[in-house]
Amino acid sequence: MGEETFKLMQGNEACVEGAITAGLNFFAGYPITPSTEIAELSAAKLPRVGGKFIQMEGEIASISAIIGASLTGKKAMTATSGPGFSLKQEGIGYAVMAEVPCVIVNVQRGGPSTGLPTSPAQGDIMQTRWGTHGEHSIIVLYPSTVREIFDTTIKAFNLAEKYRTPVILLMDEVIGHMREKVEMPNREKIAIYNRKKPSSSLEKYLPYKVSEGDMVPKMANFGEGYRYHTTGLVHDETGFPTNNGKIAEELINRLVHKIENNLDDIVDYEEYKLQDAEEVIISYGSTARSAKSAIDVLRKEGRKIGLFKPITIWPTAKNQIEDLSKRTSRISVIEMNMGQYFLEIERIAGKYSKVDKYGRSNGELITPKEIVSFIKEG
Amino acid sequence: MKYSEFRLSGSGGQGLILAGIILAEAALQNGKNVVQSQSYGPEARGGASKAEVIISDDLIYYPKIENCDVLLALTQKAYDKYIDSLKPGGLLILDNMITRKANRNDVDVYSMPILSTAADKLNKMMVANIVALGCICELSNIVDKKYVEKAVMNRVPHGTEELNKKALIEGFKLVKDKKREMYYEVC
Repeated sequence: MGEETFKLMQGNEACVEGAITAGLNFFAGYPITPSTEIAELSAAKLPRVGGKFIQMEGEIASISAIIGASLTGKKAMTATSGPGFSLKQEGIGYAVMAEVPCVIVNVQRGGPSTGLPTSPAQGDIMQTRWGTHGEHSIIVLYPSTVREIFDTTIKAFNLAEKYRTPVILLMDEVIGHMREKVEMPNREKIAIYNRKKPSSSLEKYLPYKVSEGDMVPKMANFGEGYRYHTTGLVHDETGFPTNNGKIAEELINRLVHKIENNLDDIVDYEEYKLQDAEEVIISYGSTARSAKSAIDVLRKEGRKIGLFKPITIWPTAKNQIEDLSKRTSRISVIEMNMGQYFLEIERIAGKYSKVDKYGRSNGELITPKEIVSFIKEG
Repeated sequence: MKYSEFRLSGSGGQGLILAGIILAEAALQNGKNVVQSQSYGPEARGGASKAEVIISDDLIYYPKIENCDVLLALTQKAYDKYIDSLKPGGLLILDNMITRKANRNDVDVYSMPILSTAADKLNKMMVANIVALGCICELSNIVDKKYVEKAVMNRVPHGTEELNKKALIEGFKLVKDKKREMYYEVC
């Protein structure tokens, strides 16, 4: 290994590198701290690889633009932070309903509203799950190192393409802005998934028909000759609206189950020193880094403690978390909010294990020292 | 390593985040693990700004610094805010315009004309960050000078390479002059 394989890279930069590796060729966005570098670097890099960057007039326009681009066959992404993410909910719901693959990055900052623009927070956990209205499932990924941002961005694109769904890549100000040493992988060895295209004749194509045993319809590009209609209304196989309750039920079921029935493929997580652990910390994003440091300190003092770090936040790693709850006596959920993911973990693990929470919302990353004293107090 | 946690503080627009990035990159090329992070206010200029760099032989998880081994302060405001965060036995590098000082007999103090060297000697206030970087590297010996110079060249805007190289050398020189001066004081 030569020294040149190691780079000093920023989190937001790794997101753009990962996206381009995954095939990103259309970015529309409206710059907002702390995600701005993603737009800046996309603007600088995309034209060099034959892609397009456009700065839109606002957040809703940005997500609308990537939905349109994706329908024509592009791999599309937008990036924002809390205030913009709130605005994008309308488009996210549309992309869920019309089954349009796209990636929405939310580099979290303090909220509500414009909040603490330059400070980190993890207050959007529940918003990523239920921010857009109506019954639906959603895929949300949340890396915690610069290298993991690169890998997870690729995974976000792959899952979006595979399941024809918007994927939300959550980050926070700490990991978006920090720089660290990364070893870049050999790009030729990275698996890239592209949406399945129809093989039927132009006349016979039904844009929302799924073949037997499959849950994801084949996707033609707008403009290449296949005729189809896209709408946010409940629709049948042709893509045209219907009020038929049976069709509505089938559609919503399929939209939910194409994700919830594939947990093994979608759920990603990291375990740290869990093998002999009697108690567990569950933490994600930048807070998981503090948790690892805290665990190293506690281990030195003889405590058998480890970390379960979900990388896929939604759908939840419910099987793994339930297993953990059966073999450990205490689970502490540590997050930069007042206990959002705690609710989900308590729901899954509360039957078998004591579930505690530690969190705060003052715009500062939780320190290892705080975690150590929290664990010791309990 | 004697020093591992570096805090570079001053006001927004002084280029401290860039100085932190360069320090981190130089240490990385020197074979170390590094994390660089920053905090700043909503304003583009003015306001408090700090860059933090952790340099270690071990893996680095928690990316922030609570108490630092090396503190650079370029403004009185930054000095007042962060002086208590410097660990005992640490290294304090401050601009000599900072006059109101805390009573810290437990740290090594180097007060030097960083800002005026940039403004008067190099005629570019903008390179004060690189002068300061030169001081940090000369005093801490954290990284080989060849890697610092390479990282400066790699990260400064095109067309300013020579000026920044001069600024770095002026930074090294400030420390040598200061040490000579301190030696005479002792004699």
